[in-house]
Amino acid sequence: MSSGTVQKLMELAGTRFSVPVSDLKPSDDFFQTLGIDSIQALELLSDVEMEFDVEIPDYELEGVVTFDALAEQIERRR
Amino acid sequence: MMNLTRLNSVGEALRDAMVPFKSNVALIEANRDRENGRWSYRELRTEAERVTALLQDKGFEPGDRCAVLMGNQSKWIFSGMGALWAGATLVPLDYKLKASEQMALLDHAKARVLVTEWPIWRKLKEEDSKALAQTRVLVTEAPKDADLGAAERWEATPDGTFTYQERSRDDVACLVYSSGTGGTPKGCMLTHANYLSQAEELARLFPMEEDDKYFSILPTNHAIDFMCGFIVPLLMGASVVHQRTLRPQFLRSTMKKYEISHIAVVPMILKAFERAIREKLDELDGWKKSMLDGLVSINELATQRQPNHAVSRLLLRQIHDSFGGNLRLIFCGGAFTDRSTAEFFYSLGLPVVIGYGLTEAGTVLTVNDLKPFRGDTVGKPLDGVDLDLRNANEDGIGEVWVRSNTIMKGYLDEPELTAETIVDGWLRTGDLGSVDAAGHLKLVGRAKNMIVTEGGKNIYPEDIESAFDALDGCEEYCVFAANYIWPTGQLTDEQLMIVVRPTNGDLDGLVDQIRDLNRNLVDFKRLSSVVVWPEDFPRTASMKVKRNQLAQTMGEELKRDNALMVL
Repeated sequence: MSSGTVQKLMELAGTRFSVPVSDLKPSDDFFQTLGIDSIQALELLSDVEMEFDVEIPDYELEGVVTFDALAEQIERRR
Repeated sequence: MMNLTRLNSVGEALRDAMVPFKSNVALIEANRDRENGRWSYRELRTEAERVTALLQDKGFEPGDRCAVLMGNQSKWIFSGMGALWAGATLVPLDYKLKASEQMALLDHAKARVLVTEWPIWRKLKEEDSKALAQTRVLVTEAPKDADLGAAERWEATPDGTFTYQERSRDDVACLVYSSGTGGTPKGCMLTHANYLSQAEELARLFPMEEDDKYFSILPTNHAIDFMCGFIVPLLMGASVVHQRTLRPQFLRSTMKKYEISHIAVVPMILKAFERAIREKLDELDGWKKSMLDGLVSINELATQRQPNHAVSRLLLRQIHDSFGGNLRLIFCGGAFTDRSTAEFFYSLGLPVVIGYGLTEAGTVLTVNDLKPFRGDTVGKPLDGVDLDLRNANEDGIGEVWVRSNTIMKGYLDEPELTAETIVDGWLRTGDLGSVDAAGHLKLVGRAKNMIVTEGGKNIYPEDIESAFDALDGCEEYCVFAANYIWPTGQLTDEQLMIVVRPTNGDLDGLVDQIRDLNRNLVDFKRLSSVVVWPEDFPRTASMKVKRNQLAQTMGEELKRDNALMVL
């Protein structure tokens, strides 16, 4: 997995939820680290799809909770 | 007014509705900003009859169980309706559960048929498939070259024709699981009479017109969507719009595109809508903001007694247009709705109907009829619902017991649990509340050890304990709802906590393990905190933890804020 993807992902998350990127780690559970609910996670995913020009169906994201797992999903779709 | 008393089953009611409304649009399926398809009532009937025939091809009999495990889409409706016409007991399952949990429920339900989607089946296939040895699996939308295993394609052409099967009012229409994916499965047996009675009352309170469009974004297995997004609109000739994603921007674009009139949400989605509106309002500069505040005040005055969509839309056109301009009712349930959120929407002329119900009692027991709107209660009992507060204290707060035609027959294969839950025809809800002078019910907490998430999921702590079986360095542990130990008098901020008795001093290591295991749970089942309890847990002669006693002792000896270590 490209470290660039996960880094960009954390930047998007940091911007949307006003969290310093330096506080985020690839293995973080983004629900807990960002303190967000599943609808907010979907908002983040909309940013992600726009940035990476991919379309990830909701069902592919069931059980995806860490930045690196999400980055893997993105790369699989690119 | 809709009269369903002469009808015997939900299937019969839906079948009757297919004739007068045959030319109306029944279903529209949106996927992001695309439209996957639309079906008239006549076409819906054809699709459902095909499913009926497909089930009957291999000897499906009235009373057999048909599980439906799908996301939010039109094929759920085709399958559900087709199964009801084949005389099935429907088993609507939650597609958000883990495959192992879905498998456990399928095993418990002993479903003769499972209708599911390809992405879900792909995951189920990886589980121990012994549980499905006796179940015929029909899979939708599988790619051409997909390995379906023992499953068949849902799209197959049936060999024979369909035969409509009659059911009686007392037959079980649906087996709905209220919990039990890790502990004792609680399969609520709801009869045709339960559903017909509920549908008739909801249609009386909130009638729909033939050109109304209900936006179905909750999964159809959810009690609210099953009633408000399947049965009621289709009995009234209205249209149901499905959307395959919950991305907020597509929810808004679909509402605009189809001029949605009704929607049902859980509080989490309502809050997402609120955030989006507030962000827009914050962007307004001084005089525009003042002008809007003035219009909101006029609207509040004009809708003091009851909603007036035309006036509200005229005054606050821009806000209404962002929801499509035709949104008249937002049903919100499944979990506690924050008063300020509901009042915010009402002030904008977007009425939020707050209700209260349990899986064990159909969709709703009490509901706010909006005459006038109140955001501080869960409304008044519906016609036919008797409500009693048992063991009420000096403030009039007691456990809510209810009696109504919508209460289930019982839990599947659990006579003792049923007898504990339904006493002399009264359902013990386990919720605490009081009734005010206007007859509105206010809920203030729970008498039972469980939580309801903002997404509308009931979580029983016992059900998730097994996820922590692998804990090392822990003599014993137990999961609780924090509010059960330290009641707050509110239904907000409900969270789960684990109580541990560590073996040695390495608490950090233990907490790290809990964090890791916590991640394996789906997001809405995760624990929020850890509490250390150094004493032996009280146990019964058969070595079961005496939960109530442990909870009471902890509540007395520990202070909530000091005891909870956030995970």
